[in-house]
Amino acid sequence: MPNYTLNINNTNHDVSVDQDMPLLWVLRDTLGMVGTKYGCGIAQCGACTVHLNGGAVRACSVPVSVVGDKKITTIEGLDKDHMHPLQEAWREFDVPQCGYCQAGQIMNAAALLKKKSSPSDEEIDNAMAGNLCRCGTYTRIKAAIKSVSK
Amino acid sequence: MKLTSAMGGGLILGFNLLTSCAEPVNKIVAKALPENWYDINTFIKIGENGLVTIYSPNPEIGQNVKTSMPMIVAEELDVKWEDVIVEQAPLSEGFTRQVAGGSQSIRKGWDSLRNAGATAKQMLVNTAAKKWEVDAGSLTVIDGVVISKTGQELTYGELAVDAAGAEVPKDITLKTPKDYKIIGQSKGNVDIDKLVSGQPLFGIDTREEGMLYAAAVRPPSFGMALESFDDTAARKVPGVSDVIQYATNKVAVLANNTWTAFKAKALLEVKWKTTGKLESTADHDKALLALLDKKSAEPRRKDGNVEKAFADADMVLERTYEAPFLPHNCLEPMNFFATMKDGKLIGKGPIQTPAWAQTRIADITKLAKEDIEIGMTRMGGGFGRRLYGDFSDEAAELAQKTGKSIQLVFSREDDMSSGTYRPASKYKIRAAVKDGEVTAYHLTEACINGNMFDSIPNYFPAGSIDNMRVDTNAEKSNITTGAWRAPYTNFLAYAEQSFFDELALEMEKDPLDLRLELFEKAKVNKESGYEYDPERAIGVTKMVAEKSGWGKQADDVHLGLSVYFSHNTHVAEVAEVVSVDGVPKIKKITAVVDCGIVINPYAATNQIEGGIIDGIGHALYGDFQFENGRAGADNFNTYRMIRMNEAPEIEVHFVPSELSPTGLGEPSLPPVGGAIANALFRATGKRLYKQPFVNENEVLG
Repeated sequence: MPNYTLNINNTNHDVSVDQDMPLLWVLRDTLGMVGTKYGCGIAQCGACTVHLNGGAVRACSVPVSVVGDKKITTIEGLDKDHMHPLQEAWREFDVPQCGYCQAGQIMNAAALLKKKSSPSDEEIDNAMAGNLCRCGTYTRIKAAIKSVSK
Repeated sequence: MKLTSAMGGGLILGFNLLTSCAEPVNKIVAKALPENWYDINTFIKIGENGLVTIYSPNPEIGQNVKTSMPMIVAEELDVKWEDVIVEQAPLSEGFTRQVAGGSQSIRKGWDSLRNAGATAKQMLVNTAAKKWEVDAGSLTVIDGVVISKTGQELTYGELAVDAAGAEVPKDITLKTPKDYKIIGQSKGNVDIDKLVSGQPLFGIDTREEGMLYAAAVRPPSFGMALESFDDTAARKVPGVSDVIQYATNKVAVLANNTWTAFKAKALLEVKWKTTGKLESTADHDKALLALLDKKSAEPRRKDGNVEKAFADADMVLERTYEAPFLPHNCLEPMNFFATMKDGKLIGKGPIQTPAWAQTRIADITKLAKEDIEIGMTRMGGGFGRRLYGDFSDEAAELAQKTGKSIQLVFSREDDMSSGTYRPASKYKIRAAVKDGEVTAYHLTEACINGNMFDSIPNYFPAGSIDNMRVDTNAEKSNITTGAWRAPYTNFLAYAEQSFFDELALEMEKDPLDLRLELFEKAKVNKESGYEYDPERAIGVTKMVAEKSGWGKQADDVHLGLSVYFSHNTHVAEVAEVVSVDGVPKIKKITAVVDCGIVINPYAATNQIEGGIIDGIGHALYGDFQFENGRAGADNFNTYRMIRMNEAPEIEVHFVPSELSPTGLGEPSLPPVGGAIANALFRATGKRLYKQPFVNENEVLG
């Protein structure tokens, strides 16, 4: 099996996995970082959203072999004290119901706000359209994102 | 708290006088963990520093009982919420009804939770009374401190070691709502920190030393069975440790990670044989439509003589409503962990019915119940799918067969195509009108396998119409069906509320007036026996009319009303539809809920919003068909679910009340299909008789 050195949340991890193993499973099973979730495996639900060099990607559809030296950020490392403005907003608005989709929602929103600090309602809707919430916390997610946007 | 104003898709919260806004969440000033814990009862242990652990007994599926059930205990225990940490209890004889289902956790737990807190408080007070040699009745408690008339104080932390062995008092006093300091306050989700930082919480996050991941092939169609399989290619995949046939028709691959298990599973060469009917939706539709003309052997409800009333009527309205199967699609797919340890089966995972799982696993493994432990992890949604622990049974069987620690994981495809679906159903509803009154109502159900009927025939309009009859017929199928959020009512409510809307217009009445008249009629007709409270139904109906501006709307704003009682809670909703570039758009839902005491207002609102969005999404888009026993969709690229841009504005109001609390997990879902159908009719002139609506009409969520 090939070896890969992955930079995750500013730390290097050496893994020996199949080249086609999606980053999602390297994170969850090889490295035990279970914050990034499996919902569909085909980039339709967004539960596996992580950042590559600050941009949102669906880890279920990123084979480990294409990551290279790009910086990976997962929910565990979004903020070292878990006090990213979005994480604080999620607390303030008590967003989650079951909570399974929320790491992906936060990561996707964080990437949006990095690109656009004051997104319009439509821009939020479009950016977040790929993140399913089965429990229906959409109105709270949106309110939380808007409270952080400038 | 920051109250956001309503800006397109925004969140508006209406609170009654008894409640307050959300605390800045997670500002809990937690004491450090104590050196020692003292068990006061099955729900409560207290540390010597006064930190309190409260066990939450019921499965947590996102309905947030993990916060609200401990809140009730903490209230009667009389401690500060900031001094409480919560742990999920496993299945244990010390608790009753550890089930997430029917929106009953709070309603059925109300007494036992309060008693647990109050009993523990009394034990602590009695312990202080003994120490001070005073009468227990002379002592008061404020925030976990027992105070004597002379000003002596002892904290629960100081008393815990002695209270732990104290006699359990028989006579305890419960608080009244006016003294509540925690109940009725908005408290943040006890798991919020772990949820926003990605800490392990869900069943699928279980990681145990030496654990193997199991993924299984299942019959591709209902009506098929396993004939043979060739695992040569599967076994060659590095990381695969075994391939096992189990549960008669399934073959599991065991591997050292999920991806490898999924990959190797796909390499199994499996031969399936047809052993039963391979059923298709077209055949189901034909059979169900025919059943709508049948009377059931025994009517589910019979008042008066409907046929005579129909014969005498001035006007008869008859309509047929149709809805498909629905998969649950919990975002966390089915999974379960099991291992054998010292002759015991240790299981844990996302399960809504741990006691039932324990019974079945005892049967499968031939172990005694005492030798089967079931732990509950947090669940990425339940919706009724996790009532049926086929996955827990499978994990247990594999663990016992292999002697290994097994984490069984369903792929999304497994999950969507091996479901216990909401059964496809049809309703025929007809009503008779004579001299401006509704004189008869006849509801006929035709569904696949059967629906959860229970006392539902005694819901509205029972009691409000003199001649009423309910018939149910089922078409047997080998497709597995079962409870899906708000079983039965999740479709019936739309059919019924849509019917009454149409009936009202035929009678040239305001649909609001027709509802109120019928509820008033039921009020004076109590002997007919029915199961809703017309007074509370009138209450939510009038309030939703006021809050939604019913009757005062502009010409280009279209409102639809729906009032429904389910799971012991009354809900009224008004949907607002407007036209955007000629296409109807569901802009807003106003909901009024009467559930008695609201334990945790901000969280309660979340549940109401969730049920509404869930109901809208499935009414608009949920479409699931079978062709020769095979599910027509197995992932989100072929099965549409509601997205953020389709969620409307939602405004929630709770009726102020001191009545015992009833549930919120399901009640806001049933009414919303009818509310949007009725509003859409006013916008388009077209009635919707089939779900999913979007097949009938282009609609913007």
